Amino acid sequence: MTPTRKKRLILVLMVALGVSVAVAIFLTAFRDNIMFFKSPTEVAAQDYPENRNFRLGGMVKDGSMSRIPNSLKVQFVVTDFAEEVKVEFEGILPDLFREGQGVVTIGKMRNDDLFVAEEVLAKHDENYMPPEVADALEAAKKQQSNYGNYKQEESE
Amino acid sequence: MNRIVKFYHEMGSPPSFYRITQHWLMPMLLLALGLTAYGLIEGLFFAPKDYQQGDSYRIIFVHVPAAWMSMFIYAIIGICGIITFVWRMKVAEAVMMASVPIGALFTAVTLLTGMLWGKPMWGTYWDWDARMTSQLILLFLYIGVAGMYAAYEEDPRKAARLAALVAIIGLVNLPIIRYSVYWWTSIHQTSSITLTGGSEGIHSWDMLRPLLVMALATKFYYIYSMLTRAHTYLLKTEAKKQWVAQAVSKKSGAKP
Repeated sequence: MTPTRKKRLILVLMVALGVSVAVAIFLTAFRDNIMFFKSPTEVAAQDYPENRNFRLGGMVKDGSMSRIPNSLKVQFVVTDFAEEVKVEFEGILPDLFREGQGVVTIGKMRNDDLFVAEEVLAKHDENYMPPEVADALEAAKKQQSNYGNYKQEESE
Repeated sequence: MNRIVKFYHEMGSPPSFYRITQHWLMPMLLLALGLTAYGLIEGLFFAPKDYQQGDSYRIIFVHVPAAWMSMFIYAIIGICGIITFVWRMKVAEAVMMASVPIGALFTAVTLLTGMLWGKPMWGTYWDWDARMTSQLILLFLYIGVAGMYAAYEEDPRKAARLAALVAIIGLVNLPIIRYSVYWWTSIHQTSSITLTGGSEGIHSWDMLRPLLVMALATKFYYIYSMLTRAHTYLLKTEAKKQWVAQAVSKKSGAKP
């Protein structure tokens, strides 16, 4: 390689390195701001802005959803399998909103124990499959857990 | 081995690059059209429904291949940028500048289809999560590279080197897009299918097949479109050279 080309190559590498380091520092410094939502664990640790909207994300707990009669209000529990937060929302839920699925809610905490959401977004996971496959997987999972119980009983 | 070395050197010189790749255009276009037709028909009409999303998931057959291309093309622009900057190869300049509008188009398609899917599925067209924001920055990077080139009209070779520098700096955005859904919490789902991790997220071959076909189709379209543009770029920037006169007269059938 000729000296000029070598010099240019080193220059390009220096530029790339400098930019990467600067961006890495920037992203680390603003980590909290880039995080899209707070988890129930963070909320339980009081790590949220007061009197200001923030996003709370997690799974909708199975069997936790209830509708308040004569209104559009719904209540459900958002969990990260460590902590739970009760959420109240008035409005129309997105198509993908289900118990046991991910959700991101935008709103404020009220009285430390109720999150009042103004907006509810459903979060989809990376799995795509036809309904028959989903059924088969579900059945296999059940069978496996039955088998597990059986083994456990046997060993007792 | 000698043939590979010879091919490499031929691809580096504008006249032989033009002469050789001229014959690739038609096959690439036909492959792109055929595979797109197959992939879209199979994906939109015959692939099974998704257990959660029903038919709405079918946007994946456009969204995901377009997203892959938006990053793949930027990577090529970055590599050509380094070659342009360090070795000043004219063909690399042509490939780089020819790729910019195609990549920008794929980025725009990714953003638009994502928004159309986001409204019914998530409940919003747009939110500033890490994946969406970094993809939007990618679109601005494409516009930045094109703008840098256009800003320096007097000397296209110098313009290409400046554009290359912008492209190289923008390369840092690619890993951020790729890992944004793992490094930060986001509303966008993580990857269903990766080069190294296989396709664990897509549980049916009937869903995966049209997706892979579309990924191939977009690659062929890119090669076709990029080569066409690169040829124009070379003819324009080398307009005073002998080989251009010959190539043009051969095409129009007139004597030089």
